[in-house]
Amino acid sequence: MHAMLDISTLHYLVLGAALFLLGVIGVLTRRNVVIVLMSIELILNAVNLNLVAFSRYWQGIHGTGALHGQVFAIFIITDAAAEAAVGLGILIAFFRNKETVNVDEVNLLKW
Amino acid sequence: MNPAAIPTNPPVATPFFFYLLATVMIIGGILVITRKNAVHSAMALITTLLAQAALYLMLYAPFVAGVQIILYAGGIMVLFLFVIMLISIERTEKERQFNKQWLVGIAAAAALGGLFIAVYTTTTSGRTLFPEGKLSYAEGENTQRIAGLLFDRATGTYMFAFEIASLLLLVAIIGAVVMAKKRI
Repeated sequence: MHAMLDISTLHYLVLGAALFLLGVIGVLTRRNVVIVLMSIELILNAVNLNLVAFSRYWQGIHGTGALHGQVFAIFIITDAAAEAAVGLGILIAFFRNKETVNVDEVNLLKW
Repeated sequence: MNPAAIPTNPPVATPFFFYLLATVMIIGGILVITRKNAVHSAMALITTLLAQAALYLMLYAPFVAGVQIILYAGGIMVLFLFVIMLISIERTEKERQFNKQWLVGIAAAAALGGLFIAVYTTTTSGRTLFPEGKLSYAEGENTQRIAGLLFDRATGTYMFAFEIASLLLLVAIIGAVVMAKKRI
């Protein structure tokens, strides 16, 4: 009974998978670019959760110095900041030209 | 490291807090992808990020939790809110919110979900790929050790990657400024 209630790495992985799927659904079905970018943030956070959970698991094997997963999570947060800055810059430029924020009206490169 | 510094008694009510925070995160995620108003989505995302920071604390990653709160919930989400204020919300709220790709979305989610279930339930010689036992509770000097991995000349495995990350941020700053300029 008690062993079943313990939280293992797998619990965190399942939660990360659920968040990842929510992000994928958001990216594929929403029209508002801002919410699409937020869904991408959800996906990145799901990956981060997995990395930190694996880091915890790895520490159980190799001692508390094995923090590579957490370092990777920090790098991914850096990437997310860069992605948000550039993505929102593109969004502002696009909104200035077309007066819309809907993804399916972005067709300047379509032929 | 001093062995006496390792706490021997595990924290109480860990499963309860895990399920509470997981519920908050899932509900927040659902709200992010379903709300009409982008500001509401941003608020739900901030809730999700804060709950995730608490989960990081439960995983003994205090530095990542702090970075999550300061950089994600404090920095990136403020950037999102600024941009939401710059574009007109009132008009976009009245428009159709979803494109007609529900089928593709559900199919992709089902395929990925099936993949996750297949991986997480795979057993090799009676064991799953990831152990089900409880996690260890040893803590260490988390922030110092991360700094050692990032900066230390002797053990700094990720020093070069750290420098590249700063270069990436510089490029992103220049890119954002160029994108948002009126005339390029």
